[in-house]
Amino acid sequence: MTVTTIGSAQVHVDAEGFLTEYDEWNEDLAGQLAAQIGITLTDAHWKAIRFLREDYQAMGETATLRRVSTQAGMPIKELFQLFPGKPAKKMAYIAGLPKPVGCV
Amino acid sequence: MTTQTAPSIVPDFGDSVSEGRKLAIICSKGTLDMAYPGLILANAALGEGVETHLFFTFWGFDMITKSRMGDLKFTMLGNTATHMPQGLGGMPGMTAMATHQMRKQIHDVGVPDVPEFLAQIVDSGGHLWACRMSADMMHLDEADLYEAVEGIISAADFIEKTDGAQLLFI
Repeated sequence: MTVTTIGSAQVHVDAEGFLTEYDEWNEDLAGQLAAQIGITLTDAHWKAIRFLREDYQAMGETATLRRVSTQAGMPIKELFQLFPGKPAKKMAYIAGLPKPVGCV
Repeated sequence: MTTQTAPSIVPDFGDSVSEGRKLAIICSKGTLDMAYPGLILANAALGEGVETHLFFTFWGFDMITKSRMGDLKFTMLGNTATHMPQGLGGMPGMTAMATHQMRKQIHDVGVPDVPEFLAQIVDSGGHLWACRMSADMMHLDEADLYEAVEGIISAADFIEKTDGAQLLFI
């Protein structure tokens, strides 16, 4: 278990830097996590991130890209624009959640 | 468990590494069960930022033929992995039943049907190509194929387009 400092907060992270404690996340932290990977959060980003947070609480696992798309009503294309390259992992990182484990 | 303090750890999303990585998937099968491996791997690769090209050839043409893509079937015949008596697979209605069952199982794990899956792959930036020889053999042209197919191309064209790619034949 590793503790790292993001902004002024001390948080627990895994070896790759994903937060491991659901409750250590807050919206200020999300902005700082996003900035670390070159993303400036807009309302559209927030829609996906808030969905991920709520869905994780309900389901106990991080939503896959397809689940975000179908359940939050956000087109796949838009998610790729908002979180370029590896959208599912980037969303999970900013939302302070583990990487999604689902295949699709 | 020991806790250590580390300077800021930022995941490496490998943005620079994935750029330039390419995957080519040749889909040569037209059964429901054999359509999915290519689709799932293509989708996974795209989600990892890998440029992905799918080439549909021979029976795999059914996956992109409008009149058939939503109606792929699964049969127990010749498939010992169902662990059912082979004679059963040849009984009337068994293919329909096995297909229905597999569709349900796929649906239950939240995986889309073939046309919707292809749409998701295209929306994720994937490229779909149809095999020239298969089109000629089956007397099909662009009008018969799924709209997002970018073209009917020769095997040589595909090899050229996927220069340097990792390749999967399914």
